[in-house]
Amino acid sequence: MRTDVLLLGAVFGYLGLLFLVAAWGDRRAEQGRSIIGSPTVYALSIAVYCTAWTFYGSVGRAAQFGPSFLLIYLGPTVAMLLSPFIIRKMVRIAARQRITSIADFISARYGKSTGLGALVALISLITITPYIALQLKAITVSHAVLISYPQSAESILYNERFWMDRSLWVALVLAVFIILFGTRYLDASERHEGMVAAIALESLVKLVAFLAVGIFVVFSLFEGPGALFAQVAETPALSKLMHLESVPGGVTGWVGMFILAFLAFLTLPRQFQVLVVENVDEQHLARASWLFPLYLLLINLFVIPIALAGLLLDAGDPDSFVLILPLSAGLEGLPLLVFIGGLSAATGMVIVETIALSTMVSNQLVMPLLLRFKKLHVGSTGELAHWLLRIRRVAIVLILLLGYLYHALIGDTYSLVTIGLVSFVGAAQFAPALLIGLYWRGATQRGAMVGLIAGFLTWGYTLLLPGFAQSGWLDTALLTDGPWGVSWLTPYALLGLDGWDIYSHSLLWSMLINASLLVGISLFTRPTPLEQTQAALFTEALHPNLPTTALQRGQTTQGALHELLVRYLGLNAAQRVFKKHSNHFELDQQDRPASDDLIMRAEQALAGSLGNASARVLINSVVRGEALDIESLLSMLDTTTQTLEYNRRLKQKSDELARIGNDLQSANNRLRELDRLKDEFVAMVSHELRTPLTSIRAFAEILASQPGIAEPKRQHFLSVMVLESQRLSRLIDEILDLAQLESGRMSLHAMPLDLAALADHSVETVARLHEDRNIRLDVSIDERPAQVVGDADRLEQIILNLLDNASKFANPTDPRILLRLYKKEQHVYLCVEDNGVGIAENARELVFEKFHQLQANDQLTSQRPKGSGLGLPISRAIATHLGGKLWVEDPQVLKGACFILELPEASID
Amino acid sequence: MTPLNPRYRERLLALVILALVLFCPPVLLIIDRLPSSNIGWLPGYLFGAWTVIIGLTAWLMEHPKRR
Repeated sequence: MRTDVLLLGAVFGYLGLLFLVAAWGDRRAEQGRSIIGSPTVYALSIAVYCTAWTFYGSVGRAAQFGPSFLLIYLGPTVAMLLSPFIIRKMVRIAARQRITSIADFISARYGKSTGLGALVALISLITITPYIALQLKAITVSHAVLISYPQSAESILYNERFWMDRSLWVALVLAVFIILFGTRYLDASERHEGMVAAIALESLVKLVAFLAVGIFVVFSLFEGPGALFAQVAETPALSKLMHLESVPGGVTGWVGMFILAFLAFLTLPRQFQVLVVENVDEQHLARASWLFPLYLLLINLFVIPIALAGLLLDAGDPDSFVLILPLSAGLEGLPLLVFIGGLSAATGMVIVETIALSTMVSNQLVMPLLLRFKKLHVGSTGELAHWLLRIRRVAIVLILLLGYLYHALIGDTYSLVTIGLVSFVGAAQFAPALLIGLYWRGATQRGAMVGLIAGFLTWGYTLLLPGFAQSGWLDTALLTDGPWGVSWLTPYALLGLDGWDIYSHSLLWSMLINASLLVGISLFTRPTPLEQTQAALFTEALHPNLPTTALQRGQTTQGALHELLVRYLGLNAAQRVFKKHSNHFELDQQDRPASDDLIMRAEQALAGSLGNASARVLINSVVRGEALDIESLLSMLDTTTQTLEYNRRLKQKSDELARIGNDLQSANNRLRELDRLKDEFVAMVSHELRTPLTSIRAFAEILASQPGIAEPKRQHFLSVMVLESQRLSRLIDEILDLAQLESGRMSLHAMPLDLAALADHSVETVARLHEDRNIRLDVSIDERPAQVVGDADRLEQIILNLLDNASKFANPTDPRILLRLYKKEQHVYLCVEDNGVGIAENARELVFEKFHQLQANDQLTSQRPKGSGLGLPISRAIATHLGGKLWVEDPQVLKGACFILELPEASID
Repeated sequence: MTPLNPRYRERLLALVILALVLFCPPVLLIIDRLPSSNIGWLPGYLFGAWTVIIGLTAWLMEHPKRR
């Protein structure tokens, strides 16, 4: 059933599906209904990290080196965890500066340097093309395994002519795909939405395929993981496999690989492409930072079981276990699914990597060369735009062919098998220039250049050259004795550092040399103004007040700028730049000066298509008197930091002021209230004083005007006058008392006394009066003596006042009063109750206000109760002065008003 | 465009340090040397720690008051 026709049908059917998805994605993008505007699609597109090397090679690595394969995925997990600090910054810079690739990014950081961009593009090309070859090889091998099983795949691989190789045809189809969906627009900083959608789909396919084969192996070939591991435990050779001792280089190898994966994840051109260039929305990073690691975890979940199962069953080449295990069980469908999964892993990588590389080749290598030929500058409208697209397309075909040739000619040598990690170390050489440049403003172009070259050479010497030696192209004595017998130059043990795994060893030396040269040379070189500006814009990219206005001050005419844009980008793109700026470009504006903003827009538009370095060259060719405003940029950044600090302090101060203002406001309100109360008090006092005064005056006038008034009548008038005078002086005494109490000037003669005795005395005082009015007064004193500290006269004043009030408000028909004295919890309580109507709950505090007099119930008595309305306030003030309290409580026995006086008990001593 | 919330920054850095501690040798050596009758504890531990880190990252990143 596994005929070539069926397989080819599956392969090209799958590729056809990719075309459809990509075309659909692009259509939706044109309609403004993007399908990649989702964090999940973004996370899936990042999973292009998992190539055929993951799909087939992880199992191979696990079978050989135990758990070390996981490091390739733990590094990116940490990198994604750090994405709010690193990748977010890169994404923001790329969006602002219209960055098209990692080469463009590094070139832009170091003053839009043409040389640095070309260097990065060249290194990428050298390190990554073999990696593309590895993917094509994976397709060829997996196809051969599928076709030839149960025979060995080798016979097919050796006998086949290269034009019979399926991967050549796959490469050609991919070239068409990439040209169609990767070079639709000139503007490389525009997103390739269709391509990203297809990549996301591929990520799903490879995940599903790998999980399917994993589940099959664990649960169908074996009865669950327990059974599998139990069998492994019985095989001594395997039971040690999953320990640290299987990891090449042991602990240092572990850490080295961890760091390597972290750096490579950020610097591999395809990762930069999907992480940064194709990012639609910075916010997507939040979801991707955990979803992508989750994807990695899932796709690795079954690697160890598959590797162990393959070893147990002795299934041949570990790199092909994922295919061989289902084949050996006689399945037909699953191997095909696995093959498609591997195909999707390989094609996804090839597509993105080729787009990234072709953009670099056209923008960083070819374009700067073209711009040197003056002839091209006088090309006709938009011709260069087409040129550029053509260059990119040719580059795509060439890169793929190069990859294919690499695979076809030297495919079986050692150097290709290990190229995955070798490429990682090569790409990691960009890390110092990229990461240090992202955080240290002082890193200069020359430092980056020298560091990069030295790092690259070290990588070549410690990894690439030994690879050639192992492939038999060089004398293997190089590896054992060193070049010309100089042992400390041995590539795998530089300066005698042996015992390390070769990748950690190479990474250590190349990074050490690369980074220290970058830092060292930067400290002794002076950056150009453009470099300084770019350095500031990169390192401060997350600064909240980073200026977005033009930083260059140059002069040119709108006409010259328009002509430049038309020549390089075409008429439409030129119109777009001018349209965004203001109105359409009109011929009569030819000679008007172009604003700084317009110049900046034009440069950005050029950068999005040709790369930053070429855009700068072109803009410089028409703009005169360029004066870079580095001073103002730096001072702007510094002053904004200061301003932020000032703002923070200012806010603190104003908060403080607002709080003080509120305090003042409430104090003022309180004062007004007190003022109002004072006015009320004065009015009331005047009123209270006037009543007796008026009657005294009236009677006195009668007596004065009528000397012959009858004696009994005279006596009556005089007695009224005496009574009213007494009332007047009592009132004045009370007011004085109150004033003294409130101002705290009243002196109380506090001494220990017996409250019970005092109560008895008070009761005696009022007894006669009560008898006259038929009031029944009951006294219940629980404790004798009830020792308190107080002023006897004043306390008696309180008791009398309470008794007097009670007699006034008791039920007029059967007046009753109860006085109780009891002790509770170190306090003495004196309670006076009557059987009147009581005091409503809401009026219980009002009765203690000055001149407040309860409006007795209209039905009972319509006249005002006698008294000044000062008795209770005075009583409460005295009680408070003596450390006690006076309040109204719910009636307990007689159902009328119930006043309670509480005083702290004094010890008998 | 808003800067990161300081508390979020601190939590994130703590999480990175946790990930480094969990995935690097001192802890790994301890796990690796635990006695086992099977294939050893290391693979299980690595996947477990990885899950924990992913879970914590998801919790932190999807927290609405992140910024």
